[in-house]
Formats: sequence, structure tokens, C-alpha cells
Amino acid sequence: MKDHPFHDVAIVGVYNTRQARVLEGHSGGTIGLEAALGAVADAGLTPRDIDGVIGTGGASDFVYQHRIGPVWRSMSGAGIPSVLEAAAAISTGFATTILIAAGSAGMYTQREATAPWTRPAHEFVVGFGMFTAAEFALIARRHMEVYGTTTAALAEVAATIRNNGHVNPEAVYQGKGPFTPQDILNSRMIADPFHLLDCAMTSEGGCALVLTRADIARDLPKPPVFVLGGSTDHYGPAYQNPPSFDLPGRNDPDLVNGWVGRAAARRAFSMGGLSPTDVDVCEFYDPFSFEIIRQFEAFGFCGEGEGGDFVLGGTIGAGGRYPITTDGGLMSFSHAGAQAQMLQRPIRAVQQLRGECQSRQVEGAEVAMCSGGGAGALFTDVMLLGKERP
Amino acid sequence: MTLLEPQRGAIPHPQPSPLSKPFWAGLSRGELLFQRCADCGGGTHTPSLVCAHCGSARLGWEPSSGRGLVYSWTVVWRPQTPAFTVPYVPIIVELEEGWQMLSNLIGCEHDAVRVGLAVEFEPHALSDTITLPYFRPAG
Repeated sequence: MKDHPFHDVAIVGVYNTRQARVLEGHSGGTIGLEAALGAVADAGLTPRDIDGVIGTGGASDFVYQHRIGPVWRSMSGAGIPSVLEAAAAISTGFATTILIAAGSAGMYTQREATAPWTRPAHEFVVGFGMFTAAEFALIARRHMEVYGTTTAALAEVAATIRNNGHVNPEAVYQGKGPFTPQDILNSRMIADPFHLLDCAMTSEGGCALVLTRADIARDLPKPPVFVLGGSTDHYGPAYQNPPSFDLPGRNDPDLVNGWVGRAAARRAFSMGGLSPTDVDVCEFYDPFSFEIIRQFEAFGFCGEGEGGDFVLGGTIGAGGRYPITTDGGLMSFSHAGAQAQMLQRPIRAVQQLRGECQSRQVEGAEVAMCSGGGAGALFTDVMLLGKERP
Repeated sequence: MTLLEPQRGAIPHPQPSPLSKPFWAGLSRGELLFQRCADCGGGTHTPSLVCAHCGSARLGWEPSSGRGLVYSWTVVWRPQTPAFTVPYVPIIVELEEGWQMLSNLIGCEHDAVRVGLAVEFEPHALSDTITLPYFRPAG
């Protein structure tokens, strides 16, 4: 597809630093910088090859410390939007080789409260004790009420992802399982319907990703991974307004906030000439168990209200048709602040397509779908990555 | 049997914005205000410059009946900060005038909450200037 907007773009470097509950001696800047160095090395490049960066912290420090300015720079939020923006910047010629880096450490010190990035102090939520688990619970409860979605289905998702982390030597919670769905349901309640093990954990770490031109990628050591499609959906600021499943959008009942990510997925599949059945691995963002069920419905893998049945019965586990969040995700691999976590879905998707995962490698994976965000936060980003140049 | 009550600890206080001052001022008088569109009649919340339904800028503040139905709910057992007493019950209420707001349920046991529960507004002062809009089961 010569006319594909990202025909000339490839992802060539990815890196996760060590992830841990606490990384002693690190700040977000230092761990982000370590991640940046790792991703550039993984790409087989040197710092002087980088002429564009996205993000603050690690990527910006990287530019100064190596004295490689002037570079193209954007402040796009880490994760899928930054990868898509970098791909567009390479396509348009703003830059040739772009580094995206993010890291978080030393932020979560008041452990008697929920993590600081989970409880923004907005006037219409702050007096009611809201934090991310409660916001996403209000979305999940509405879906359970309307469609009869069960806590058993939520628990199946959480157990699957946590077992992926259990066997991942790089996961913060490696070896902490295995978990049965009943173990999830037996854990203490946080915000009904979410038990402790339905929720993301908190940790520290850094990660980074490098993109360059496809012709340059041919001469680099790792197999290139291509951006087949992607887009982002957004309904307004997160955690300020009631997180309503039925928040309307654009006069289309098909596109209420409960299906956020649906329009983005349609654009992504259309861009790649693909459909959900082409996807081999689903590196979906997992802040809470229900969100995975919602994403399968929103992205068109199953019908509205069918996500609960869809995730039961081996579909999403190791060896299933649509393996999810294969490194253990936010629940078990890592959940480092508000930026790094968003980039770790694309990174895992790249590792799957390269065939280099140390655990839960999906053999012969050709197309990976990744996501970020969720209906409780009024946004969802999606991206399709593949081995074949579009 | 423990009835859900308004929070009594040192919980964080909302900081009114230029747009929301009438809303908080109304609460201090014991009124729940929302913005009604002079063009389409629709209700808007949170406070806005334009109607959520038709985009008109002709919005005026008026008191709500304070009656509505629980649209969705959660029961929180792990508090946001230790200042909050658990359990507490965040709800989204669908008001009679067709707008939604976030609140906490009080005046019943935590396991009495359900989607469709009829509720009514009940103000509780946090300070001289800030009153929180709670809801209790309709009497």
C-alpha cells in the first residue's frame, strides 16, 4: 500500500527499564533517561541519530545531556498518541528518527491514600471521594445493569492478565500467582464491583520507543514493526464530570462514551484494510478488569453486551484466539505513573511481533492491536501494529 | 445496621470556578441549581457556557426539583484518602429535568443502593461557603 500514510515509517527500538514497586535512587527523569538510552541501543542507533523527541522528562533530558539539539519536539501524551504523532512527523519530514520516552519514580509516597494520579482534585468530584477505581466502577456497573455482565467475567479477565504477569520474569508481580477467578472474587472489595485484584497496581519504571524511516530500518538489527492504523477518541477532561456510560456524542447513539474507542478502532481498521479477525494479539490497556470487556465490544470483536461471554471460555488466555495483555499489564507487569504505562502496550505489541517475548509469546503473530485509556477517563486510543509493511 | 451519613472528616473542599460560583452559592442557600436552556429547554451540568443539548449560549440558572433516579453506583471500601469514612456510595443521579450529576448516597444502608432507586437532594454544609449536594432515598 504505497498510499498508506505510514508506508515509510517503522518502529525499530523498544525498551523497558526494570519495573518495581519502588525504584530506590530514581526520579522520573533518571529512569526515563535510562529507558531512552535502552531504546536507542535496542534500535542499533546512537544518540546522534535522534533528531526528534516526544515527551518531557527522559526524552528531553536525553537531548540536553547528549547535546543533540536542535531536534523536533512535541508534548503529545505518551502512549499511542505519541507513536501516531511520531509516525506522522516522520511521514511529513519534520524528523527522521524520533525517540519517545517516559518514566515515573518517587511520586507515590503517601501510601495511606490512593496514588496521586488517580485522584485529581476537581470541584465536582473531590468532595465525593472519587478516584479512578470509583470512576471506572460507575461505568462497569451501568454495563452490568443493562447487559447482565457478571463479576465472574470480570474475574476471568483479571485472573488471565495476572497469570500473564505471574510467568513474566520482567513483571513486578512475577511469581505472585497463579490466580483463579475465585481468587479475584475473594480479594477485598475496593470499589464495587472491583475487588483489589480487579484493579491496576502501582509501581515505578521507565520505557521508551524509537521510530525511523522504513528505508533506514532495513539496515538495523531488529525486525521492523509497522504502524498499520490508529486513532484516538476523546470526550472531554477526565475525572471532572460524571463518568456516564450514556454521555452522548455527535448525535450518534452508537457513539456514547460507553463505546469510546469505537470510532478510533473503525478508523484504525479502515486505515490498515483490516478487521478484528485479522488481529492475533490484543495488547489492551487494563486499568480495571471490566475495561477489557468493554473494549472488545467497542472495537467490534463482539456485539454490545456480549463481552462478558466473549472473555469466558478460553478466548483471551494463553493459546486463545485473542490473547490479551500478555506481559501482565497494569495489574501485574507495571503501572508507573500517568505516562509510562501508556507506552507499554505498544512496546509489548512490538515485542510480540518481533517474537522476542520471554513469556506468553504468541507464535507467528502478524498483527497486534493495542489500546490506552478507558471509558471511566473519557478517552480511548487504539493502534494496529504489524510485521508487514503497509 | 449502619446508615450512610455525610462525610464528617477533613475531606478536601471543592474550589469553585468563575463558571460554577452560582452552583455553589445556591447550595449554600440549600438549593440545587442547574442551567436551563432558553432555546431547547434542556438541562446542563456541570456548569457550562453552552447548552449540552443544542449548543445555545442562552443558559439560565434555575432550581432543580432535587428528585431523580440512581443511574449508576459504586460502594467504596478503600477510601481515596483516610479523611473519608468507608463505606461510602458514589452515585450518578439522573435528575427529573434530564441532567446527570455525581454525588454520594446517604440515609440508607450501603447495600440498599441499586440502579433506578428514587432519590432526593439533601444539602450538607462543609464550611460557611461550601455545601455538598448529597442524595437520600426519596421519602
